[in-house]
Amino acid sequence: MIARRLLDSGPLCGALGAAGLVGAWEAAGRTGFISPTVFPRASAVLSRAAGLAADAGFLSCVVSTLGAWAIGLLLTVAVAVPAGFLLGTLPGLERAFGPVFEFLRPIPSVALIPPALVLFSDKVDMKITLIVYAASWPVLINTMYGLKEVDPLAKETLRAFGFGPAAVLWRVSLPSTAPFIAAGVRLAAAVALIVGISVEFLAGGAGGSGIGVFLIEAGGATDALEYIVAAALWAGVIGYLSNGLFVLAERRAFRWHTARTEVAR
Amino acid sequence: MLEISNLTHTYGSGPGSHHALGGVDLSVAEGELVCIVGPSGCGKSTLLRSVAGLLRPGGGEVLFNGAPVAGTPKDLAVVFQDYSRSLFPWMSVADNVSLPLRRKGLDRPRREEAALEALTQVGLEEAGAKYPWQLSGGMQQRVAIARALAYRPALLLMDEPFGSVDAQTREDLEDLTLRVRGHHAMTILLITHDIDESVYVGDRVVVLSGAPATVVGDLRVDLPEPREQIATREHPGFVRLRAEVGRLVRGPRPAAQHPTPETV
Repeated sequence: MIARRLLDSGPLCGALGAAGLVGAWEAAGRTGFISPTVFPRASAVLSRAAGLAADAGFLSCVVSTLGAWAIGLLLTVAVAVPAGFLLGTLPGLERAFGPVFEFLRPIPSVALIPPALVLFSDKVDMKITLIVYAASWPVLINTMYGLKEVDPLAKETLRAFGFGPAAVLWRVSLPSTAPFIAAGVRLAAAVALIVGISVEFLAGGAGGSGIGVFLIEAGGATDALEYIVAAALWAGVIGYLSNGLFVLAERRAFRWHTARTEVAR
Repeated sequence: MLEISNLTHTYGSGPGSHHALGGVDLSVAEGELVCIVGPSGCGKSTLLRSVAGLLRPGGGEVLFNGAPVAGTPKDLAVVFQDYSRSLFPWMSVADNVSLPLRRKGLDRPRREEAALEALTQVGLEEAGAKYPWQLSGGMQQRVAIARALAYRPALLLMDEPFGSVDAQTREDLEDLTLRVRGHHAMTILLITHDIDESVYVGDRVVVLSGAPATVVGDLRVDLPEPREQIATREHPGFVRLRAEVGRLVRGPRPAAQHPTPETV
């Protein structure tokens, strides 16, 4: 009875799952199934993680990563949304650039780090450029997809009242595409974090800063693995929180969208 | 006020083309409520879209107050059948109604005032702050009608406006249309596939043939005013007209192909 009620509550059930995994991880260490020299115990990693939260060096790394992430994401929106609108409203443009995009899109962003290292002298510039490149795809594609989903009758309604193409774009196409754009930005936020930390890690420490740089530098310390796993844990927490905030904001801003799709079901 | 002469339109070309309008002639006088009926797929909506300037017809001419229609004429509003798609879900009911008034250059207070007035006319003065999807289908279509009324059009086009609501709501909306028509000096062109409805609300019923559509009948409805759902529909004149319209809609076909009600 109580167990059933626990399982019904989403957050509680999720916490239970996480606690179970951490417990299993700790037990594996304590029973000697996994030696602490191969992989640190949960308790050791968690206490390191708690220590990092008060560590000025680590915090400045987090700030650096988050700064590049935020700037990269803003630039992504500024580039990919207008580009999506151009491609989505001008079919000729989509036909011309579609194949190029289909070629570029599957290239892993990490593979672009070596050429980027040659191209850029400034590591922050390089990090932000690669974030914008990788994060633009989901925003671009969602914007184009959302534009295709705009109801022709909604556009026709405004045209019938004598509104021109610019007004139809601004008053119908943009608001009706907004939920798709927001979902694209949420995906882009996750991509931006992954790419940002990867670039920091691969581009190396000299002159750089960020969670990825912290991971490299921790590699030389004693208890290196504890630090690395603890830092990775924080990266996970940041990703989880950002995703949750985006979902919450989307639900609030696009109540009309969810309410309508629920009715349609 | 509206002169349509020899209007033709074909969608596409080659073997897959659809010849929708085959030379439609129609003239509508100021203040008239003209219903257009015809078999489904006959090109009624093509006709309406040509009048609204949403579609450039293949041939012929549409004159609105003496001027040829190129683009959407001013002083024209359209009520579509599908209210759930025609109303904007991201805007409140009041904003939906007042949005077209931006075209008229009204400032915000005057737009809001006009929206409230129009919503009051359709009995939805309390619903302004709600969103369209929070209302029933019939209420949503009343919002769409209020949006058209607030715009104060000289010509109101209605494309199957009551086709997506239940029978009771349909009657309410028919009466609402007749009532608001009295408040505004509007000419109304209403497209429907419902023969009874065309006779009940119209001053005139224009019957189109199947595609390519031409006008095969133009009947004046001389029923006593005001129209009333029960009394009007049992009036001998109503029964005669609906039979006449019905025959025109069916077209000249051999009777044997249509089973009589007794054999069904």
